[in-house]
Amino acid sequence: MWQGIELLFQYPSVNVKYILDGLFFGSIFALSAYGLALVWGVMNLKNLAQGDLVILGGYFTWYFQSAFGLNPILTLPLVMGIMFFFGWAMYVLVVKWVIDKDLFTSLLATFGMALVIQQFINLVFGPETQTAISELGRFKFYMFGGKIIVPEIRVVGVVLCAIVAIALITFMKRSRTGQAIRATAQDARAAKVMGINTDRVYALTFSINSAICGASGALVAMMFLIQPFYGITYSIRSFVIVTAAGLGNLPGVVTAAFGLGVLEGYANNILGASYQQFIVVFALVVVLVWRMVRLRKARMVLE
Amino acid sequence: MSIYKRDLLIYAGISIFAIVLAQLFPAYITQIAVMFLMVILAQTWDLQGGQMGYNSLGNIMFFGIGMYVSSIIQIAMLYGWGGVGEYTSASGSIKVEILKDNYLYGMFLGAFAAGIVCVLFAFVFGQIFLLFRGPYFAIGTLGMVLAVAELVSSWEWVGAGGGLSLPVYPAVDPTESGRLYFYCFLAISAICFAFISWVTSTRFGLALNAIRDDEAKAEAMGIRTLRYKVSSWMISAFFLGLAGAIFGNMSNFIEPLEVAFPTITFGVFMVVMALLGGKGTVWGPVVGAVIFHIIKETTWTYMLGYQWVALGLLIIVIVIFFNQGIMGSLAERYPHWFGIKIEEDPEEAST
Repeated sequence: MWQGIELLFQYPSVNVKYILDGLFFGSIFALSAYGLALVWGVMNLKNLAQGDLVILGGYFTWYFQSAFGLNPILTLPLVMGIMFFFGWAMYVLVVKWVIDKDLFTSLLATFGMALVIQQFINLVFGPETQTAISELGRFKFYMFGGKIIVPEIRVVGVVLCAIVAIALITFMKRSRTGQAIRATAQDARAAKVMGINTDRVYALTFSINSAICGASGALVAMMFLIQPFYGITYSIRSFVIVTAAGLGNLPGVVTAAFGLGVLEGYANNILGASYQQFIVVFALVVVLVWRMVRLRKARMVLE
Repeated sequence: MSIYKRDLLIYAGISIFAIVLAQLFPAYITQIAVMFLMVILAQTWDLQGGQMGYNSLGNIMFFGIGMYVSSIIQIAMLYGWGGVGEYTSASGSIKVEILKDNYLYGMFLGAFAAGIVCVLFAFVFGQIFLLFRGPYFAIGTLGMVLAVAELVSSWEWVGAGGGLSLPVYPAVDPTESGRLYFYCFLAISAICFAFISWVTSTRFGLALNAIRDDEAKAEAMGIRTLRYKVSSWMISAFFLGLAGAIFGNMSNFIEPLEVAFPTITFGVFMVVMALLGGKGTVWGPVVGAVIFHIIKETTWTYMLGYQWVALGLLIIVIVIFFNQGIMGSLAERYPHWFGIKIEEDPEEAST
């Protein structure tokens, strides 16, 4: 650990590497956290299967790449489409029945869903770590005279991530359906009176969330590694980000995601990857305590 | 006869029945012992999840901490504190002849210390985690157990991810150790049942129920909610620590991810069992644990690896269609069994 810190001062350029790593992580976290903020805000669902949807999307990409030789970048829209319908099915089978019940019911139902997805991936694809190899991955950017190497695929991944995010935000802000979703988030009853089919809006919201998770999973599979049991960490990260940013706060989500990404970039390089979950949980506790202290002043609690 | 005394008598009857069963079918004695472990897990979860409305997904942490504390103390009694690192790094290649009395002494001392250490952990963690409400508590505790498991698996002194094996119970008769653990679990579960059903029938239990129903109002009524919440977590932690310590000795080999902090096995089972039986009732966790354990043991091996998928589906089905659980539905139909008095609406009675 001390060696890692010493290195920071000896070679200040490694800071750039850690921060870049953090930004690559953060762009993916931002995407899945935005999905969580969407379902949380619209239908008040705390989705514990968020991370497993991400990993499922990653496995689809990996499967298309390794079985059919498709370029992972081309599979991105395909995976998003499949995950959209997967989300729809999950909504009809599970989520629909629990959204009007108490919070723990929906939390536990999605936790059960997370178990099903996780174990299913484990049975079908095996417990090994996988990564989708892209043609693009061969090329590398060299910075600081070769001290820092950035694979091209990560840069492409961030660009793709930005494209998905911009498309999504435009959809939410400009389209008629996006307007209906936002109206339902503000007041579901009033939206119903105005002739919006809220049940359909909920289904659509959950499917969109699932598609976003699929896209973020595809990017994880391209840029990093996937493994059936990595899902829960992604879920907790999404919670950290959404809790830190608050609902309906897009710049906040992006900032928090990059902040968490940079924190993890430093922690992974200094402490080693075996403290990954600890760092995430530590961040969660810090964020929750910080919000609690802030709400104390207003005599409110985080429900 | 009060309801509490009646419950105790019924539980004593169940215990005697289990002893008779264990004498008749000695081959299944470990199964019955694990069933009582399940009862302890479900009951301690229910004290938070059912009575207090704080749905923890990380109570299994105390089970693992208890297991590690007790194992380390037993090893330290044999080799001294300096020898622990040497023993764990040898990963089971050091074998030792141990006297029966020494073994039992070490086990009981270790279990007691495990309970105390777990209470301390619950006290410290409770000051932070029990401030979070609803989903934040569930996710926070889930993260907590994952993080602790990760920290333990990179701690060399306690054997890291490779785990550590414990001294074997010195018995000529191989069934003797099975009987020992069976009686240990039977005793712990009986004490646990008696204590938890007593504590929920007192003022303390009422305060927990008030916290579940509306925490802000409970606080406004003068209940020091954090104290009650932490105390309830400490009670659960004590029994979980004891159970974990005995389970560590029973399995002879402990390892962070699968044995000590089994988040997706015991950690999920305890929630499922309490929900299946009916949370917030005295008998719910017991009934749920017994039924779940029997179903699990009879069907698990036939599912060819799909048992975890089935577990996830079971959670979803219970949560969606069977939210009240067995005892919850019974309480609705036969409220007088549970001492619930329903005041008849006078207007309805007259018409």
